Amino acid sequence: MKNKPRWFAILALPAVAMLAGCADVQPWERGTLARPQMALEPDALDSALIKHTYSSKEAAAGGYGVGGGGCGCN
Amino acid sequence: MKTIIKLLMALLALSFAANASEQAPSCKLKTLDGKRSLDLADSQGKIRYVDFWASWCGPCAASFPFMNALHGELASQGVEIVAVNLDDNREDALAFLEKNPVQFAIVEDKEAQCPGLYKVKAMPSSYLIDRHGQIRHVHLGFHDVDKTELRAQVQALLDEK
Repeated sequence: MKNKPRWFAILALPAVAMLAGCADVQPWERGTLARPQMALEPDALDSALIKHTYSSKEAAAGGYGVGGGGCGCN
Repeated sequence: MKTIIKLLMALLALSFAANASEQAPSCKLKTLDGKRSLDLADSQGKIRYVDFWASWCGPCAASFPFMNALHGELASQGVEIVAVNLDDNREDALAFLEKNPVQFAIVEDKEAQCPGLYKVKAMPSSYLIDRHGQIRHVHLGFHDVDKTELRAQVQALLDEK
């Protein structure tokens, strides 16, 4: 119990140190984030085709926010 | 406790301080070709249309033909468009301007000081500044539907004496 402040410091210090990693990215600093390589889906058409094939072959669909059966007709 | 609440309220008010109806902050910049320097706040009796843009921003590209048309129509009547470039590499800006050639003033802000002063919250952001250097309208982003509104607001500022 006597060591409580020290333990607190040991726990708090890394947390405070990690706060330095948090940066506020301003709207005008998002040039790198706007690069095509940073997109979650670099090729929208390609990923749509893959999803379509996947939903047909797996006889199941979903998980991408759209409903539908496995008939390959949706 | 009361003072703490008051303090928090004051902070909240500060963080939401709208730009509109504020005096335009002074910020000195040079044109991209380095030939002319100007202060965003010093409109010299003209209506200023200050636009913050970057080459990587899609809506910025959409806004350029509109701003160029506005410049062509109203420059002689005392409307000055100043587009502040915020690219990290000036080559990107130059390539963008080659694709979207414009007649109005393009200034560069390498240190990105002006967007902080103007509290830019979106790309692009446009500020309409009246003859007395007061920010009258702030537009975040650029959509096709904004064109008529922007045009009307610029015209209204021109009609003021």
